[in-house]
Amino acid sequence: MSDIPEGTPKPEQLAQIRYKPPRRGWMDKPVELKKGTYCYSARSKFMEYLNLPNAREWNPTEGDWKLPADWKQTILDGMRERLTRFRSFRLFMDICVRCGACADKCHFFIGSGDPKNMPVLRAELLRSVYRNDFTAAGKILGRIAGARELTVDVLKEWYYYFYQCTECRRCSVYCPYGIDTAEITMLGRELLNLVGLNIGWTIEPCANCFRTGNHLGVQPHGFKDSIDFAVDELEEITGVRVEAPINKKGAEILFIAPSADYFASPHYYTLLGYLALFHEIGLDYTWSTYASEGGNFGLFTSHEMIKRLNAKMYAEAKRLGVKWILGGECGHMWRVVHQYMDTMNGPADFLEQPVSPVTGTRFENAKSTKMVHITEFTSDLIKNNKLKLDPSRNDHWRTTFHDSCNPARALGLFEEPRYVIKSVCNNFFEMPPNTIREHTFCCGSGAGLGNDENFEMRMRGGLPRANAVKYVNEKHDVNILLCICAIDKATLPVLMQYWVPGVEVGGIHEMVANALVMKGETKRETDMRGQPLNNAEEKEHV
Amino acid sequence: MYDGGKIVVGLVVFIGVVTFPLWYRQASGEALRAPEPKIVTDAKECVAPTDYMRASHQAMLNEWRDLVVRDGMRVYVAFNGQEHEMSLSNTCMKCHPNKVEFCDQCHNYIGVVPYCWDCHIEPKESN
Amino acid sequence: MGALVSFFAVVVLVAIVFVGVEAANLRYLFGVIIPYAALITFIAGFIYRIVIWARSPVPFRITTTCGQQKSHPWIKNDILDNPHSTIGVIGRMLLEVLLFRSLFRNTRLELRNGPKLAYEWEKWLWLAGLVFHWSFLVILVRHLRFFTEPVPVLIQALEGLDAFFQIGLPALYLSDAVILAAVTYLFLRRVLIPEIRYISLAADYFPLFLIFGLVLSGVLMRYFVRVDVVAIKELAMGLVAFRPSVPEGINVLFYIHLFLVSVLFAYFPFSKLMHLGGVFLSPTRNLANNNRMERHTNPWNYPVKVHTYEEYEDEFRDKMKAAGLPLEKE
Repeated sequence: MSDIPEGTPKPEQLAQIRYKPPRRGWMDKPVELKKGTYCYSARSKFMEYLNLPNAREWNPTEGDWKLPADWKQTILDGMRERLTRFRSFRLFMDICVRCGACADKCHFFIGSGDPKNMPVLRAELLRSVYRNDFTAAGKILGRIAGARELTVDVLKEWYYYFYQCTECRRCSVYCPYGIDTAEITMLGRELLNLVGLNIGWTIEPCANCFRTGNHLGVQPHGFKDSIDFAVDELEEITGVRVEAPINKKGAEILFIAPSADYFASPHYYTLLGYLALFHEIGLDYTWSTYASEGGNFGLFTSHEMIKRLNAKMYAEAKRLGVKWILGGECGHMWRVVHQYMDTMNGPADFLEQPVSPVTGTRFENAKSTKMVHITEFTSDLIKNNKLKLDPSRNDHWRTTFHDSCNPARALGLFEEPRYVIKSVCNNFFEMPPNTIREHTFCCGSGAGLGNDENFEMRMRGGLPRANAVKYVNEKHDVNILLCICAIDKATLPVLMQYWVPGVEVGGIHEMVANALVMKGETKRETDMRGQPLNNAEEKEHV
Repeated sequence: MYDGGKIVVGLVVFIGVVTFPLWYRQASGEALRAPEPKIVTDAKECVAPTDYMRASHQAMLNEWRDLVVRDGMRVYVAFNGQEHEMSLSNTCMKCHPNKVEFCDQCHNYIGVVPYCWDCHIEPKESN
Repeated sequence: MGALVSFFAVVVLVAIVFVGVEAANLRYLFGVIIPYAALITFIAGFIYRIVIWARSPVPFRITTTCGQQKSHPWIKNDILDNPHSTIGVIGRMLLEVLLFRSLFRNTRLELRNGPKLAYEWEKWLWLAGLVFHWSFLVILVRHLRFFTEPVPVLIQALEGLDAFFQIGLPALYLSDAVILAAVTYLFLRRVLIPEIRYISLAADYFPLFLIFGLVLSGVLMRYFVRVDVVAIKELAMGLVAFRPSVPEGINVLFYIHLFLVSVLFAYFPFSKLMHLGGVFLSPTRNLANNNRMERHTNPWNYPVKVHTYEEYEDEFRDKMKAAGLPLEKE
C-alpha cells in the first residue's frame, strides 16, 4: 500500500530540475497553479467559525476568486498597518540588496528550480507592491525602481508562493542582514487572509483547535480514550500499569504535547515514551483536554490567530493551578512558546520558575515563560543519573537526527536532543554538517503545506532533507530518522518512502521508552512499535 | 520611537563621524591658510611650466632618478631649450633651498610624505 | 535592461558635469552648491529613514538562532551565534557588521546525478563584499587628508599603510586596486549568474556603476591625469570652514569625481544602500535569544477573542461527565 497519490511523478522525473530562470522578467509572468503544487482553499464553515472575513466557497483553479469589491484597498490598508506595527516588515522591505546568498538555500527552490522560490524573489513579490504604493522612488520611477501595481494576478501569485514557503527560516541564517522570509510570508499570508484567501489545511485545524482544544478536533472523551488506550498498550509492552491524569487540579506540572502524538503514527510511540518516563520518575503531572494541543496553526495564519489559539496554555495552567508547564516534541509549537507566548499571553506570574522535581535543577532559561522543552527536561534527568537505561534495546535502530526548523533556528536546541539520543541509542550518525543544526533542511511540509493536494511540491521541498538521509543511509545503514516535531513525524515517513525507501521515522522519547528500564517491568519482548527485539535472550536485565 | 535611546545614540555617533571634518575644523580654530612655498632665486623660469610643476614634479623627479642612477644620464633639456643637471640637491635646491619653507609648505598641507629624503640628506634647517 | 538603464544614467551624470564645467563654467554649482546639498540630503535623509524604522516597534523577539542555546550549565552555549546576553549580542553584531558573519556561511548548491545534492565551498561573494566595504572605508578615511588641516597622524598613517608597497609614483593605493576588482566582480556575478541576473533591478546596478565611475575618476586623477591637489584641498577646506571658494585651474575630472560622490551621498538614503543603517536594526540579529528568560513586551498587544474554558466545558459537559473527567460545574 502506498501513501503516494496517483499521478505523482516518479522520483527520477522529479529529480530533473532546471535552475536556469526564464528569459522573460519575473514581474510579467502570471502564476500557473499546477496540480500537486498548490493548496486547496479553506471551507467557509471553518472560516465562519473563526469569524474570518469573506468566508465563502471558492476554488483557486477557477478564474473568479470571489474577492470582496474593495479588496485592493483592504490589502493596501493592511500593509500600511503592518508597516507601522512591525519594524521587521518595513526593514525587510527596504534593505535587501539582492545579493542572492539566500537563493539556493531554500528547499523549495532546490527541489523545484522555480526562481520565485528563491527567498529574495518571494519577498520581491511583496516588495514590488510596497515600492509602488509606499516609496517615493517607486511612485516616480515605477518599473525602473522595481515597482508594480497590485492586481488580481499579483494576489494569485502571492497565494501560490506564500503557501509555498514553510517558514523554516533557513534563508535567514545566510542573509547578511538577517532578513527573515518567515516573517515576510507570515505577513503576506495575513494580508491574503484579510480578503479571505486562506487554505483549508491551516483554517480547519485552527477552527478545530479553537473549539476542541486541538487541531484534529478530538473531543474530551475521545482524548481520554486515546490516552487510556495508550496506557493499556504500554502495559502490554512493559508489564507496567502507568497513571495518566487528565484535567487534574493541583498537579505540579501541566504537560502539553502536539495532538498528533495521541492520534497518529509514528507519533504514538513517542506518547508511550512520555507515559513511561513520567511514571518512572513519579512525576506529579496532568494532561489537559482543553489545552490538548501543543501545535499552533495560527502561526501559519496570522499573529492574531497565534494568540487566540495559544491563550489556552496559560489559561489552563492557571485553572488547574500547576506550577509550570512541560512541552512535548513539537516544532512550530516551540517557535510559538519560545518567541510569542509570553509576549502575547503573559506574563505568567501565576506560575513558578520551573524546577525539576526529580533532580532539583532550576531551569534558568525558562524562568519567565515557565515552560520547559521535554528534551531539556529529559537530558537533565539523564545527566543526573535518574534513569536506568539500556541502550542496547535500541540496537536494531541505526539512528540519525533531523533538527526540526523551529527548535533549531528559533531556540538553538541542538545538544539536548543529541545528548538524549546518544544516551539511549548505541548507533547514532550525523547527517552532513550543511544539513543539520542551524543549516537544517525543512521536511518540506510545514506551515500548513502538508496536505495531499500539494504532494509534488512537498516531495520537491523535502528533497534536500531526504538526500542527506540517503547519504547516511548508504554510508551507515541508518534506518530511522529521529525528530522532535509532529509535522515531521506526519510527513517525513512518506518523504522517506518516496526518496529513501526503508528509512523509518520516530521520536526521541520513543527511543527513551525502548531503553528505559522500568521498576517492575516484565522482560521486554518488543520495542514500542511491537517489533520483536532480536537479541532479547542474549541480554541480562539488571 | 521605539528603542529611541539606543537609536538616537547610534545616530549621533554616526552623524558625528560623518561630519568629522566640520567640527575638527572648528576645534582646530586656526584661520584658513593656503600654502606659500618660498622661492629664493633670480631665475624667471623653472625646468618646466609652473602648472606642470605643481601637479607633476614628483613624476619628473622620479624620472630623473631613474635616468641618473640606472642609465647614467645627467643632462636634462628643458621645455625652453635650457640644459640642466638632473639633480635634486644641485639643481632643484639651488632655487628652492629651504625644505621647510618650500617643499613642506604644500606637502604638509595635503599630508603627503615624499620619499626623497629616504636617500637624500635633508637640508640642515629642517633640524 | 536594468543594467543598461543604470549605465546610461551614470554616463548622463558624467556628461552633465562635463558640459556644466567646461561649457557653462558652473564651477561654483558643482564645486560648492551641489556638495553642500548632497551632504544635507544625506544626513537629513539618513535620519529620516532611521526614524521611520524606529517608529515601528519590534513586537516579538524573533532572533534567528545559529548556535546552541543557553540551557544547562553543562552544555556549552554558542554566545556569538546564539547570544542570550547584551554582551553576546554586541559580539554577534560586531561579527555581522565588521566581518559579514552570515554571508560567510554561504555555500553553492550543486545537483548531481542520483539525484545527489552537494553544498560547495563558496566564499567569493563574502570575500568580494567584505573587501569592497573595507576598501571603501579606507578610501573615505584617507580622503580626510583633504578635509583636515593639520592632517591627523592616524589618517597619514592609514594612507602610508594603504600605499605600503610603494608601487609606482604616486604610490599605488591597495584600496584602489581592491575596490576596482571587487566592484568588477560584484558586477560580473550580477550579469553572468542567471539567477542573480533574474533578480537584479536597475537599483542594483546603479550604485555599482556610480561607484565604479567614482573610483575610476579618482584613479585617473591620481595616477594618470595629475591634478593640482593643493588647489583641490583649498576648495575642500573652504567647504569645511563654510567659507567656500573655487580656486582656478582645477581639472574637470575633479568636478566629475565630486559630482559622482555627491550623487552617491544624496541617493544613499533613498536606496538599498540604507542597509548600512538597517543592519543594526535587524531584529533577527540584534536581539538576545533570552525569550523564555525575560519577557518581551509588545506595545500594541491587543485582546483577542478566545475560546474560554467555560465555553468549552459548556459545550462538552455531558461528554466529559460520561467519560469521568472532572468538571468545574456539575
